[in-house]
Amino acid sequence: MGNFYLDNEDIQFYFKTIDVKKLAEIQEDYAENGDADYVPEDLDDAVDNYRRVLEITGQIASDTLAKNAEQVDEEGNTLNDDGTVTLNPKVRENLDTMGAADLMGFTLPRRYGGLNCPTLIYTMATEIVSRGDVSFMNMFGLQGIAETINAFASQEIKDLSLSRFCNGEVTGAMVLTEPDAGSDLQSVRLRADYDEATGQWLLNGVKRFITNGCGEILLTLARSEHEIEDGRGLSLFYSERNEHVKVRHLEHKLGIHGSPTCELVFTNCPAQLIGDRQRGLITYVMALMNGARLGIAAQSLGVAEAAFRLARTYANSRCQFGGPIENLPPVAEMLTDSKVSIEAARSLAYETAAICDQEHNAMRVTETVPDLPKEKAMPLKKLMKSLKRLNAMLTPMSKFYASEMANKVAYDAIQVLGGSGYMKDYAAERYARDARITNIYEGTSQLQVVAAIKGITSGIFQSYVEEFEQRTYDDPELEALKAQLVSAKEKVVQGVDFVKAKSVTYTDLNARRLVEMGCDVIIGHYLLKQAAICDRKKTILKYFLAREMPAIEKNLLQILGGSQLAVDAYMEIVGPVPAAE
Amino acid sequence: MGFNSIVCVKQVPDTANITSDAMTPEGTVNRAALPAIFNPEDLHALETALEIRDRFGGTVTVLTMGLPKAAEVLRSCLYRGADRAILLTDRRAAGSDTLATSYILSQIVRTIGNYDFVFCGRQAIDGDTAQTGPQIAEKLEIPQVTYLEKVIDLKDGTPKTARLRRNTGNGFEIVDVQLPVLVTVIETANDPRPFAARKVMRFKHAAVPAEVTPEKAEELKAKGLLMEQWTLDDVNADLNRCGMAGSPTKVFRIESIVLTKEGFVQIAPTEEGVTGLVQELIADRTL
Repeated sequence: MGNFYLDNEDIQFYFKTIDVKKLAEIQEDYAENGDADYVPEDLDDAVDNYRRVLEITGQIASDTLAKNAEQVDEEGNTLNDDGTVTLNPKVRENLDTMGAADLMGFTLPRRYGGLNCPTLIYTMATEIVSRGDVSFMNMFGLQGIAETINAFASQEIKDLSLSRFCNGEVTGAMVLTEPDAGSDLQSVRLRADYDEATGQWLLNGVKRFITNGCGEILLTLARSEHEIEDGRGLSLFYSERNEHVKVRHLEHKLGIHGSPTCELVFTNCPAQLIGDRQRGLITYVMALMNGARLGIAAQSLGVAEAAFRLARTYANSRCQFGGPIENLPPVAEMLTDSKVSIEAARSLAYETAAICDQEHNAMRVTETVPDLPKEKAMPLKKLMKSLKRLNAMLTPMSKFYASEMANKVAYDAIQVLGGSGYMKDYAAERYARDARITNIYEGTSQLQVVAAIKGITSGIFQSYVEEFEQRTYDDPELEALKAQLVSAKEKVVQGVDFVKAKSVTYTDLNARRLVEMGCDVIIGHYLLKQAAICDRKKTILKYFLAREMPAIEKNLLQILGGSQLAVDAYMEIVGPVPAAE
Repeated sequence: MGFNSIVCVKQVPDTANITSDAMTPEGTVNRAALPAIFNPEDLHALETALEIRDRFGGTVTVLTMGLPKAAEVLRSCLYRGADRAILLTDRRAAGSDTLATSYILSQIVRTIGNYDFVFCGRQAIDGDTAQTGPQIAEKLEIPQVTYLEKVIDLKDGTPKTARLRRNTGNGFEIVDVQLPVLVTVIETANDPRPFAARKVMRFKHAAVPAEVTPEKAEELKAKGLLMEQWTLDDVNADLNRCGMAGSPTKVFRIESIVLTKEGFVQIAPTEEGVTGLVQELIADRTL
């Protein structure tokens, strides 16, 4: 009997050092409890609940999810002739166990049977679940669908669906992507037509790459305004699994085999509108995507943690040249690099989650509480607005940084195991295959950069970091580390000024470098804050800066170099399109 | 309708994680040095009862005997879905061996009444006797099925019956039994369910009166969170059969035995084989 929460000191460190009680306070403010008999007595009680929930999650991740993961990866799920999908029995067992433990309504209000946990706790749980089985996160992590229903759907739809999510009876899918609408969701074509006779919407068309598309509840993005060609013509629809939606194909994927990725065919599928027409993409899906991106950051952390632990254990037990291979400096460095990168990414993801909590709760209270006193509503609205801008930068940064990190860590884990890592005998190759999707879905890394760069070039980055620079530290060593971070920020600003003066194309070309630099500076400040209360974190920060300061310098030098050959000499360098073989 | 189960559970020192100070110089278990845990096989007994209730309806009542801190194992039964929890705590029960313990537990079961099953773990990891369950059945004068590995089917007729599969070590045996019955459960019978988060949030506040002030006990009672706490008087126990007075077992000495012989010897199931075995056992004074 293991426990992926109790054996993870770093997650527990965040639980103790982030002001979880403050998060509980805003989470419990005007909480919708209905007649639930498990309402916390006070804020300390709520925090104790969070800890216990993480312990339950940690036990299931270890004893059920991780135990089943290899078989799930080998066997996957099955597509039936009638267009339905039979889940692998072990995936079913995972779902049933999580449902029985009440963990499938993690953040939903208690009136529906949810646990009303903050996003931070959900993010921690998502990491823990992903360490057990990366693919199962796509069932556990799809709770954002229920959150979207809770935030935007009619009371009728909420009453119809939310308690079933909480009891683990149903899972959902966000049905967005189409063959010709992937990263560019504005070009979604699936038709939604209002049938005057029956008073309901009918959906027709094809969706592709739908994670858990065989789930019971579908949120489908469809074109309700046929005369409007861009995102403003799209609305979001609710439907339950029925004979008018068929799974035509289950994708054969590199990794996450436990997660059924479906091609769906809609034929006159009755559906209900969520919220208002035309707000499908621009309001609802965008909100859902932001939450989902944080989920992928957590998924990345989980797979990286699993890969690191495997590599560390192997390096400690595998002897060559008269001792364990972890005594060899190049092996040691792969492991220290991995560990520091995981902790760096975790700081970014968890701090972002805590800020999301502040934003979401400010929004919830201002939008749902009737007769909110003006003196309470005004500051909340102001706070919400500024946090929204900050999150629009931090969330894509978290997803970008954590998913790239997970790929590197999983790649290095195979390297530490050497030939054994390449074999199926160890889980290292599975982790690497599973990690590979994290920087692709819910927006590729390139798209995260597009989202995050706005915050860096608009001054949000600078003002956020300068708040941290106001902090003073008694320890002169920490002040010296802070000075490095101040100089690093100046390099980011210098880079931003340079690209802006040059051109939009040049900015696009260098956005990734600037976002990487920005992530380093922000993470550096988070680690500095931690170093003030924990000596080990000081060592982590020193390691991080020794590695990243030269990387920041390199990125800046490349930006200031002004080369735009990737665009200007594209044809000359890549040559003609290869002939079909 | 359905089947009512009573599950006997025990809080035990975690003997799987023995440290050097696990035993006192006097040769008794140093309970302070070992964390107290839910006796592992009792978890499987509880799971069996919960599965029967989920499948057929009925109730699950858990009971334990021990110090007030043993209420912790009762709470973890509530986290998994038990309906009712009873602690018997009484100084006069201290020092009970399996004979006295099984007597007291049987008296608790009689007092609860209206049951179809009594479930116990096969054995507790502190004493490893596996005697308590069977002795409870003897005292209740009901049939017993030991080493349960599967509940095959239950019939809610008159009389109620059960078809159960028990592990016989090198095979299995399927038995039909009339209820009520006492069943001891082994760890391969099932996977105990995890705690349910909502139940944890509610029942972590549950307590027995000995754990809280009288005012707090009243408050808990109003919320349905006061677990029952009984004494020997509540179960009409004959005090001569409880505690030290009712325990003929006397521990002479505790030794650490290290087995030197490895593996096992296969004896042919023939007249010759058995005779040889008996002679060997007589020779080394086992018989």
